[in-house]
Amino acid sequence: MPVEFLETLSRDKITMQNLDTIVAEALKEFSSASQGVELEQAKARYLGKSGFLTEQLKQLGKLPAAERPSAGNLINQAKEQIQQALEMRRATLAQEQLNSKLAAEMLDVTLPGRGLSMGGLHPVTRTLARIQALFASIGFEVTEGPEIETDFYNFTALNIPENHPARAMHDTFYVDDKHLLRTHTSPVQIHYLQANKPPIKIIAPGRVYRCDSDVTHTPMFHQVEGLWVDEEVSFAALKGVLADFMQRFFERDDLQVRFRPSFFPFTEPSAEMDIACVMCGGDGCRVCSHTGWLEVLGCGMVHPNVLGHVHVDSEKYLGFAFGMGVERLAMLRYGVDDLRLFFANDLRFLKQFN
Amino acid sequence: MKFSERWLRTLVNPALQSTQLSHLLTMAGLEVEALDAVAADFSDVVVGQVLSVVPHPDADRLRVCQVDAGMETPLQIVCGAPNVSEGVRVPCALIGAKLPGFEIKKAKLRGIESQGMLCSARELGLAEEADGLLLLPDDAPVGSNIRDYLHLDDMLYTLKLTPNRSDCLSMVGVAREVSALTDSPLNLPLIAPATVNGSVTRNVQVSAGQACPRYCGRIIRQLNRSAQTPAWMTERLSRSGLRSISPVVDITNYVLLELGQPLHAFDLGKLAGDIQVRLATPGETLKLLNDQRAVLDADMLVIADDNGAQALAGIMGGAATAVDENTAEIFLEAAYFDPDAIAGRARRLGLSTDSSHRYERGVDYASTRNALERATTLILEICGGEACPITEVNGILPERLPVTLRTARANKVLGTILNDAEVEKTLARLGFTYHRDDAAYQVTPPSYRFDLNIEEDLIEELARVYGYDNIQAQAPVASLNMLPQPEHQRAIDTVRSLLVARDYQEVITYSFVDAAWEADFAPGGLPVALKNPIASQMSVMRSTLLSGLMDVLRSNLNRRQERVRIFESGRCYLPTGDGFDQPQRLAGLAYGNAAPEQWGSTARNVDFFDVKADIEALCWPQIARFEKAAHAAMHPGQCAEVWLDEVQAGWLGTLHPQLMQKYDLDIAPVIFELSLPPLLIRALPSHGEVSRFQSVRRDLAVIIDESVPVQALIDAMYAAHIEGVVEVALFDVYRGKGIDSDKKSLAFRVLLQDTQKTFTDTEVDTAMAYFTDLLKQKFNAQLRS
Repeated sequence: MPVEFLETLSRDKITMQNLDTIVAEALKEFSSASQGVELEQAKARYLGKSGFLTEQLKQLGKLPAAERPSAGNLINQAKEQIQQALEMRRATLAQEQLNSKLAAEMLDVTLPGRGLSMGGLHPVTRTLARIQALFASIGFEVTEGPEIETDFYNFTALNIPENHPARAMHDTFYVDDKHLLRTHTSPVQIHYLQANKPPIKIIAPGRVYRCDSDVTHTPMFHQVEGLWVDEEVSFAALKGVLADFMQRFFERDDLQVRFRPSFFPFTEPSAEMDIACVMCGGDGCRVCSHTGWLEVLGCGMVHPNVLGHVHVDSEKYLGFAFGMGVERLAMLRYGVDDLRLFFANDLRFLKQFN
Repeated sequence: MKFSERWLRTLVNPALQSTQLSHLLTMAGLEVEALDAVAADFSDVVVGQVLSVVPHPDADRLRVCQVDAGMETPLQIVCGAPNVSEGVRVPCALIGAKLPGFEIKKAKLRGIESQGMLCSARELGLAEEADGLLLLPDDAPVGSNIRDYLHLDDMLYTLKLTPNRSDCLSMVGVAREVSALTDSPLNLPLIAPATVNGSVTRNVQVSAGQACPRYCGRIIRQLNRSAQTPAWMTERLSRSGLRSISPVVDITNYVLLELGQPLHAFDLGKLAGDIQVRLATPGETLKLLNDQRAVLDADMLVIADDNGAQALAGIMGGAATAVDENTAEIFLEAAYFDPDAIAGRARRLGLSTDSSHRYERGVDYASTRNALERATTLILEICGGEACPITEVNGILPERLPVTLRTARANKVLGTILNDAEVEKTLARLGFTYHRDDAAYQVTPPSYRFDLNIEEDLIEELARVYGYDNIQAQAPVASLNMLPQPEHQRAIDTVRSLLVARDYQEVITYSFVDAAWEADFAPGGLPVALKNPIASQMSVMRSTLLSGLMDVLRSNLNRRQERVRIFESGRCYLPTGDGFDQPQRLAGLAYGNAAPEQWGSTARNVDFFDVKADIEALCWPQIARFEKAAHAAMHPGQCAEVWLDEVQAGWLGTLHPQLMQKYDLDIAPVIFELSLPPLLIRALPSHGEVSRFQSVRRDLAVIIDESVPVQALIDAMYAAHIEGVVEVALFDVYRGKGIDSDKKSLAFRVLLQDTQKTFTDTEVDTAMAYFTDLLKQKFNAQLRS
């Protein structure tokens, strides 16, 4: 419908017919508006200061007073209809705009995330952390000692005098006449007992060294030493703590353990601890040399001579000590079949433990 | 210690199967390392005698034999062994015999029927290798079962003995132990003094009385040179891993195995003058039985004659006085040498002998003479001859002092509830003499036990016999105390986790490295060297972690890993005046792409500032300072010292181009090495007021000489202590158009804030003007317009 006609019509007399025409035209224009701006322009043409409906309203004054209320009413109804249509169209356009924005912003969420990846800890560190956490849970503190040791701490103070056959069992690296690379973590016992009074409950993790290298030996490996000195510590408690440890470490409540008499100069009685083979369940396999048992740890009651060296009254205080090989436990826990892999540092091997 | 079960059972015969006996020994501390059958499981093999041998008509290497296997008619057997010949007696597997892996059936070999098989030691599982038939003695009874004849239903025990149990380094010792553990009767060989027919003696002078408290020796003459070691003895010796050599040597070895007493036989004719037991003179040499020429030390005990040292006492005899096939007269020695006089000497000479192994650990000093009598009796039996009187020299022998044992103490140590009766029973079974003295037992250990000196030693004996398995495990009882948790310290685990989160993989490398690596990464230092390295490329202790990381980088590049980000924490080893410093450090290396290859970002190599950010994160909330520095392994223009609170905490840099070339790297790794303790420090947080007032930001851009480090400007601005300045930070560096080539433009952000007020524009302008002026004065910085 031409604009001129609506302009003429809007200045015409207020009639139902005129109003209906205006409303119908407004609705038509609104619905054909595809942009917000277009819609607002259309709105101005009808409801603006000189819009068609506003013009009609201006005609109200020309009417006789008696006709004004009904005419006013008609205009208000028309205005309401237009207003309503406007709001609806506004909402529709807003929704359409949002929809197209959302569509445009769609991502392929399956694209990989960006940035750095994660590294990982060495399996020996991982195993050490596990051992420490288990012993910490019953109150063992972690302590450390030097790796270049004196002959005194590594041997003499541990009741291994010079020429003792046990020294031949430790293939020792020497630095000079008095100094050596510690062959076990046991000297930490002495350092700690010299500096602290019982009761004592410690574990001491660290590197140890033996002059031995083949398929089952590396010249460096890790041990964790444990020491508990108190007034009521017994061999039965030693068995209890270590059996508990192995069962928790391997997460096997039914893991069978056994203790065999053995010999370490710094413990008496001494024991070797075996666990039922975790590879074959005790049936016998290559890993356990078909015995069904795996030797995992040496332990015993602290020898009175050792306590004597550090001036602890061995009549009053008893202690137990143990030492375990960390790589050995890691191998059993994670099924590693070659000790040397731990020190080859092949990233493909290491990343399996991340 | 290796022995045959058959021999053991002649001494003690408990009602236990082999596997049970083996378990019993293991659980008593005599670990059975191996339990092997003497022979494979086979049946129907008898002693056969080859009656005739003719060549096979159709095969060059086969022979057709007629064999008497004790049956009515001889068997025809085709045989390919090279040593088959008429008259020999050999193992003969009959039709139906089951051998390891196969069964003997009647068969035709190249058309000739064979009714069995003649066997080698390998086919019977007696040996790994054999080059012909197992030849049996000429008196082997034809037709008898070979298993019975050769005593093949026997097991071999290999004990892994701990050094304290020297008493079990003999058959009698093991038997004693089995008897104690099983309460079975002991049936020891009866040893009586040998008949003495001769009267010749040799003087013995012991000048090293402390090292040799007892020396016994005797002459035995007129030995039969053609005597043979009897089969029963060679069988026992071979099942203990000893080869038969000659009757006299075999007998000394046999007594060593049986009683644990080493013996030595000298060829009397080769000895000049008196027997002298003395310490070696330093540098004295002795050619040993194994042809090794040993140079002796002053603490080595020798048996000498007028010509000098003739044997290394307790270790090995000398070549010059060795018995051989012509020997008809011997001087037979049995001695007790003090363990301290023998221990370590053999190892020093690179030797380990059955004799030294026992003497080092302790030989029963009460049975020296007994062993000599035992050996004499066997020699007279086997080689004939006449024995002369024993010469015995005694000094001060060890003494077994009584050891106190309290039942209550044993129960306290073990966590058991043993009673006196059980304790006494155990002591008796072990053959210890004891008496009760008030509440304690006084236990006298036997002469063959060198390991029982204190109460705990006896407690272990009780526990062993009682069974470690029978001691009930107990949950520990202790008072509950919380562990300290120092808050001003971080655990090393935290630091490791931070690096892991920043894409570093932990490695662990050997503490000993190649001396050449030290020269590359820590030149000028004197690394701690090992006296006995296991390999030349592991000869010195590392003084830096960097070389190990470089080695890991290279080995992984060889495995086609293109991006390597690694770290290690551990000790380094530095010599100090009188000892060693062993600081804990943390080092890292990043090589290759800064990030894993990915979409949406261009690949670039990791650089100095990537790793610097890692170190800053690692130190956070401490603020690390970086200062230009020089490090032998790092690029001189890309190297910084890392400072943490006035402590030089380490180094960061890219690898020196010369080392890149030397280590064959195309791109430069960025490396760092930090001292661990300062990294672990963490200040205890303390609250300060949070300002309610807005902060004001102003930017300051200056143009400055390229050579001036950014840090110098920042330090100068902070050092001015302008009121309200809370942050001065660099946010842009510009070089290029509009800036001279030897200059750079730096843009700083300055934040001012106060808890009491908002700064006015005038105040801020004053501060900024001050900074502008300061930078101009100090660094000739021009304000960039």
